[in-house]
Amino acid sequence: MSFLVKVFIYPINSLILADLVERFGHKPLTIMSQIREKVTNISLDSPPINITPEEPKSGLKYAAIEVPAGVRGRMALIGPLIEESEAAIIVEKPPTDFGCVGCNRTNELMKYLIRSKGVPVLEVKYPESDEEAYDFVNKIAAFLESLPKEKPEEEKPEEEKPEEEPAEKEDKK
Amino acid sequence: MTETKKEEITKYIVISSDKVLPSDAAMKIYESEFPVTVKETCFGLIVTGQKDDVLAVVEKIRQLDKNYIFVKDRGFPAGDQRRCRASRGGGPRPGFHFLREEVKMLPAIGAALDELEAKESVKEKCKEKSRLKVCDLEKIIEEELAR
Repeated sequence: MSFLVKVFIYPINSLILADLVERFGHKPLTIMSQIREKVTNISLDSPPINITPEEPKSGLKYAAIEVPAGVRGRMALIGPLIEESEAAIIVEKPPTDFGCVGCNRTNELMKYLIRSKGVPVLEVKYPESDEEAYDFVNKIAAFLESLPKEKPEEEKPEEEKPEEEPAEKEDKK
Repeated sequence: MTETKKEEITKYIVISSDKVLPSDAAMKIYESEFPVTVKETCFGLIVTGQKDDVLAVVEKIRQLDKNYIFVKDRGFPAGDQRRCRASRGGGPRPGFHFLREEVKMLPAIGAALDELEAKESVKEKCKEKSRLKVCDLEKIIEEELAR
């Protein structure tokens, strides 16, 4: 399966958004993939779910030291996804802002970072009726179809680099 | 503690269909003989296994009723002691509340996907058979006269 664009979704663990993004051929960036890396790693540094003191430290990249450790710990998982993202779908007022994804400060920071990143962002309201669901799906479908279909080719100059190095060594000899 | 290989992935298959039940989908997976672990739940299935196998199984199940079967990733493998209710003394699993809220909206989302699909097929048909527009006719005449 070849995915086209990496789409960041908010709520970060949404079933509906993850499914719709995948259905239209793109790759959803979800917290589950980050969690999987943590919990299925053979060496567990900090049982049961392998969150170590390193997480709040790596979260310092996204939030200041006086911000609660919980926010920084969450950002250590979510931040790399934001950096990786090429587009984003933000759903406003989802009814489920509680539990592990219920930290409102993290959610605000996450939305701020993705909006200020400059990638295409779609903001829609969480549907509460059939008509709203129809609009919701239509908007997301139109947005996902408007995203670029082909990725620009890169890394060509990098391939030439290894050839140059042996030549330099020979010169030194 | 559960140890899994790096390539192993887990997917939720959430079924909101009138035609397919979680037990039907589970039977379909058993018939397909893919080496995956399947756990049947109230909302659908949890499938764990090698990445290629899981993706193939998920695609097969999705085709049973594609607009009403939804799929998402899961971090923990099926039956993981850190999440499974059996080893935690019952009660909803962490993360289930979110899923339950979303499951309520799935019939409406499925209907919207149906309508979207119908609309697209109508558009395609219109493109195939439609009356020639005046502006298009003018362009054809101009091109012919310019020869």
